[in-house]
Amino acid sequence: MISIFPSLLSGAVITLKLLASSMFFGLLIGLLFAILRINKNPIINKFAYGYSYFFRGTPLLVQLYLIYYGLANIEFLRNSFFWVIIREPYWCAIIAFSLNTGAYTSEILRSAFQTIKEGYIEAAQSLGVTKKITFYKIQIPIAIKQSLPAYGNEIILMLKGTSLASVITIMDLMGEARKVNVLTFKPFEAFITAGIIYLFLTFIIHNIVKYLEKKYGFQT
Amino acid sequence: MELLSFGDTGWGDELFFATLMTIAVSIGAMAIGFLFALIFTPLKLSKNKTLNIIGNCYTTIIRGVPELLVIYLLFFGGTGAAMYVASIFGYDGYIEINAFLTGALAIGIISGAYSTEVFRGAILSIDKGQFEASKVLGLKKSIQFYKVILPQMLRLSIPNLSNVWQITLKDTSLISVTGLVEIMRQSYIAAGSTRDPLFFYSVAAILYLILTFLSMKIINKLEVRYNKGF
Repeated sequence: MISIFPSLLSGAVITLKLLASSMFFGLLIGLLFAILRINKNPIINKFAYGYSYFFRGTPLLVQLYLIYYGLANIEFLRNSFFWVIIREPYWCAIIAFSLNTGAYTSEILRSAFQTIKEGYIEAAQSLGVTKKITFYKIQIPIAIKQSLPAYGNEIILMLKGTSLASVITIMDLMGEARKVNVLTFKPFEAFITAGIIYLFLTFIIHNIVKYLEKKYGFQT
Repeated sequence: MELLSFGDTGWGDELFFATLMTIAVSIGAMAIGFLFALIFTPLKLSKNKTLNIIGNCYTTIIRGVPELLVIYLLFFGGTGAAMYVASIFGYDGYIEINAFLTGALAIGIISGAYSTEVFRGAILSIDKGQFEASKVLGLKKSIQFYKVILPQMLRLSIPNLSNVWQITLKDTSLISVTGLVEIMRQSYIAAGSTRDPLFFYSVAAILYLILTFLSMKIINKLEVRYNKGF
């Protein structure tokens, strides 16, 4: 068990890298689509709804395959600059995970935006604060604070989701565990050790989010 | 479109049966999950510390590790374990475990953990008066559970169970890595032999969307039906 530990840990580093970059891009995408969702224009609104419906209604594996195998099928993309990005499984995984978590994040943020009390916005208006500043300085901070618990769950779901990267040849924690299993024929050792590392990561993320909730928690 | 025709030339019938397989695995997994939930919900609610810890371990561990890990563990580990047990009885041949059963069991264990949490929440949100009233009426513990608590618990848990169903349905795509021919596996095969992955994975995505859409419709109807009079 000790001998397989270093290779699993190197996989865990890749898992964390995947997680960090997809959470970062996912948050940006989520924020963008949450803003589109609360837009009053029905076309923009429907577009944002369609996006989140598609990515929440299909398995992450389908999305990953669509991007990894599917996009490479388009001649036009293969000849363009994007080919440098989509030929790398690592970037494909990040694109798929970001789009997926972006859809969930947009739903989390949207509900947070909608539960902001009218009073805050009215108060800002009566103080003469412009709409733009109200949005950036009042609505976004409150929405982020309010969605912390749900977002914490999303991070953990995504940590589990990154294990799918192993099916497109990325040697993340799951990929290393599979390799150990194939080389040693000891499935229990490989997968249970990997499981313990995953649990440990979940535990750490859970506690960080809990700490942040305590520190920045927002009670209405 | 001719790629999707039924018969020898197209992949329509294969994908149709694959969809049925996905539905079958999801329903099987959901049923196994209910069994697990019925075992572990009382443990999580029990006042006994040891039982409580066992219940908590189950939900925490299963919800904290990737679904793929549970599937691999059962699929690779299960064969080894079965062969070990068989070797005790003097059988040394290779045993292949049924992919459908392993898959349904793996996804069932996962969805069971989520169902346990749902049932626990539902029981906790039942009014305390209901328990007291049924006690005062002198109902036996078993009748109290089946006639008073269970119906209310099911009604309260329908909205959350619909989430669990959606998660389970999407998780079944992961069984494809073990070779069970459901939507994902069939699209993988079709994409490989026609060299048109974009088309077939889009079809797979649409099939999943149809499944989630239809199941939402059915669950909404159920919800309306069981909320009559509330």
